[in-house]
Amino acid sequence: MSTTQTKIPAGTWSLDPVHSTVGFEIGYLAGTFRGTFRDVQVQLDVADGPARIVGTANVASVDVKDENLAAHLQSPDFFDTERFAELRFVAEKVDLETETVEAPGEITIKGATKPVEVTGTLSEPITDAWGNERLGLRLEATVDRTEFGLDWNMPLPTGDQALANTVTIRAELQLVKAA
Amino acid sequence: MTKVLAISGSLRSDSHNTNLLRNAVGLFGDDVEVEILDGLKDVPPYDEDDDREGASEAVHALRAAFAGADAVFISTPEYNSSIPGQLKNALDWVSRPLATNPLRNKPAAVVGASTGAFGAVWAQAELRKVLAAIGARVVEAEVAVGHAPTRFDEDGTLVDDDLREQLGEVAGALVSAVAERQELARTAA
Repeated sequence: MSTTQTKIPAGTWSLDPVHSTVGFEIGYLAGTFRGTFRDVQVQLDVADGPARIVGTANVASVDVKDENLAAHLQSPDFFDTERFAELRFVAEKVDLETETVEAPGEITIKGATKPVEVTGTLSEPITDAWGNERLGLRLEATVDRTEFGLDWNMPLPTGDQALANTVTIRAELQLVKAA
Repeated sequence: MTKVLAISGSLRSDSHNTNLLRNAVGLFGDDVEVEILDGLKDVPPYDEDDDREGASEAVHALRAAFAGADAVFISTPEYNSSIPGQLKNALDWVSRPLATNPLRNKPAAVVGASTGAFGAVWAQAELRKVLAAIGARVVEAEVAVGHAPTRFDEDGTLVDDDLREQLGEVAGALVSAVAERQELARTAA
């Protein structure tokens, strides 16, 4: 994806959910484990001055390769979806003017809201096959899951822990401008 | 009325853990119905083949007891630094299939008694881990009854006031967790 310093047209940009991916990456045992959320909503509002992004994910839509793991992730051990159904990210001062997007905001996980540094890249808007203006936005943030009460772990025989605390949240978004 | 399923991990008739459960029954309040699980000994070893082909009556009764309760209250002894096989086995039956099992999000409390000094604390920690892995909402309050033979009188009544108070706090925490969950369901409806 090429980056751009082109000014993004003002307006409301909504998510193309089929061609977007929002997920997480975390060190587990000897590698990196990844999961995604199928049910995600994102809106980018561009006007004069900084842009605004609001994104939510339905935690119960967590998608991993084993249904028992998905069940465990939704339990009180992890996200506790019965009490905290939604993940939320809000950034009120998104800088889309520079080559690297800066979107400092607040993220809410398991009911805890914390400031988070989010960076990314933006693709130059195109006109898609249906005549819509469309842009690509990749965002990335790193959080410590234990600050949000996601404390589960499993000690290994060596005394090390099976699951890392640092989680990378990655969003690869295609956004379409409202006509 | 709130329904609590109480389970003793010990099968013997004069069990300290069953005594501890019986002492807890009166601490829950009038608006809580506590059923002490009967039939743990009848539950066969977990076998996925048996589960697929049709589990026994004892397993059906076990699952129905869990499904019908708003919360579970378990008192566990400690066997070889862990929980008794029959208790783990019953939870294994209840936990399948994991994504829809009746313990999911259900408040659960753990207490324990042992003849040694520590009151089954390692077994209690193991049991909390197992319940959480199954998806239960495990309350933090705990009671560890060490030197169990000295803590009950001839009738099985707990004679230690501090332990009785702790037991009441666990019962209260469990009922509060049920109320919070019911309120959440009302709000969502």
